Amino acid sequence: MSMHKIALLTLTLSGLTAGAAIAAESPKLGQPITEKDAAAWNQSIGPDGVGLPPGRGTVKRGAEVYAAKCEICHAAKGAGTPADRLVGGQGSLDSAQPIKTVGSYWPYATTLFDYVRRAMPLNEPQSLSAEEVYAVSAYVLNLNGVVNEKFIADAKSMPQVKMPNRDNFFVVYPGNLP
Amino acid sequence: MSGCIMETICSRGRGLRLAKQHDIEQVAGNGLLDRRLFLLRSSGLVSAVGAATGLAATSARAEPLTVAEWTKTPGSWFTPYGMPSHFEAKVARGAIPASPYGGFGPGSVRAPLQFLDGMITPNGLHFERSHNGVPDIDPEQHKLLIHGLVRQPLTFTREALLRYPMTSRISFVECAGNSGALYGANAAEGTAQSLHGLLSCAEWTGVPLSTLLDDAGIDPAAKWLVAEGADAASMSRSIPLAKAMDDAMVALFQNGEAVRPSNGYPMRLLVPGWQGNMNVKWLHRIKLVREPVMAKDETSRYSLLLKGGKAAMFKFQMDAKSVITKPSPGIGMRGPGLYEISGLAWSGNGKIAKVEVSADGGKSWAPAALSEPVLSKALTRFRIPWRWNGGPAVLQSRAIDDTGYVQPTREQQIAARGSRAQYHCNLITSWQVAESGEVKHVYA
Repeated sequence: MSMHKIALLTLTLSGLTAGAAIAAESPKLGQPITEKDAAAWNQSIGPDGVGLPPGRGTVKRGAEVYAAKCEICHAAKGAGTPADRLVGGQGSLDSAQPIKTVGSYWPYATTLFDYVRRAMPLNEPQSLSAEEVYAVSAYVLNLNGVVNEKFIADAKSMPQVKMPNRDNFFVVYPGNLP
Repeated sequence: MSGCIMETICSRGRGLRLAKQHDIEQVAGNGLLDRRLFLLRSSGLVSAVGAATGLAATSARAEPLTVAEWTKTPGSWFTPYGMPSHFEAKVARGAIPASPYGGFGPGSVRAPLQFLDGMITPNGLHFERSHNGVPDIDPEQHKLLIHGLVRQPLTFTREALLRYPMTSRISFVECAGNSGALYGANAAEGTAQSLHGLLSCAEWTGVPLSTLLDDAGIDPAAKWLVAEGADAASMSRSIPLAKAMDDAMVALFQNGEAVRPSNGYPMRLLVPGWQGNMNVKWLHRIKLVREPVMAKDETSRYSLLLKGGKAAMFKFQMDAKSVITKPSPGIGMRGPGLYEISGLAWSGNGKIAKVEVSADGGKSWAPAALSEPVLSKALTRFRIPWRWNGGPAVLQSRAIDDTGYVQPTREQQIAARGSRAQYHCNLITSWQVAESGEVKHVYA
């Protein structure tokens, strides 16, 4: 091996070592925790329903929860203002005045459960029980005609709800949009 | 262009050639001058141009000077935390919107772009968007959880993160809803702040997210992560793991001091160049997952409603864009003469390569000077001299980034997306200058 090659090899090796050292250079100060102990924070729900808690809720019960907790901001039957309108607008998306609601726009029913559970009601987030969130989800879906009045929301039924506008959504990433 | 400059310099003092200079230094229609004009002050060019453009000093004679009161009395003593001069009170994040819920809920306030210069937004003026108020987080109690598809779920305290090797970068953050009014059918009345002020730029310092993910051990099945804030909205977004490993950061410092509460104290996620909403503030949880979770703010919000009712989701990058901040509505002209047009350009896809400015509504364009440093995914200040003749003008700027992307005209953007997309509006802004010197937003 020529001196040149040895020098090159040495350089390469030292480069690799330095690279590896940099990658490994972490003080590693994270404290181990089990998923069980982290459960109180683990509220993410995928469109496949993974993460949905036990419990169930009917449309009828949902109307009661809605009247008590939601109507003050979203108005009777999800008509909206000051908070978002929740109902109607189907068929309006391609018009001059699109009305984006849970029924006309939202692509996944699981998002409704997820959002209500984590952020609603605005003045008291995370105060509703899983049963109440299921119920109010069922009620809002029913107001939009997405499910009938016998629908029972639970971990099994929610991911199976086909939202009317889902097929209009497409994913841009990793591409871009003109 | 260099030929023009050379000719100008060579012609200095030669009166018979000055008449021609009007055409020589003008590099685009309606009075736009060579971008190097201000840089060549010592060459004698300015005096030549002054003569050529009729810019002899015309101001009235200054009053005789007197010694001011503040020179004759001692000033104030030290303060623990400095504040701007009270004379600058108008430089603020605008009118605070009324909350229909009684002091809480979602909302935003905007950076006063037209009153700032340079590329950095002061911390107290950084735009603010939150979905249920700014939480008052005790940093001693705050934790960042990393879990999901990892070898070992971990929690990190702020104190622990402060012991990690830090990295710094200057990066803009822009709300995906910024400039959304420009999709509207009629040109909205407004200022650079009210139309484009959901935009700011700071030096962010923190720990590369990749370091923390490596500590936890990434399961090869993980392709996305969910980032969640500890605020009362538990705001959450799905982010591709590739971005997290590329240039994402858990930011602890903003322009040298702890990240401000309104920007995520004690820590926020920084995903340079991507939708502001993804730079999750008050970051307390990162979960590695296979697929995006379809959170509210990536489906019902921050998606673009296009023609035919199609909806584009996961458009992450904030494409190249620019806006003139001086002159702009509220920052008008005071009589004909030589002015500097100045503004901001930025791209979520890389560096700004070029900014062109038009004074005739887009008929002709001249390249602006870019102030150093020009950094990837940071605001870039551009400047160009303009000899305003006192007549009507329409000022525009268009940014071109180092991918070759050219900021679109309004016509092009509306043709591609329709007018109901709401988010990611990056079309060219037009400021109309009236003979009175007043500037207003128009469609041109």
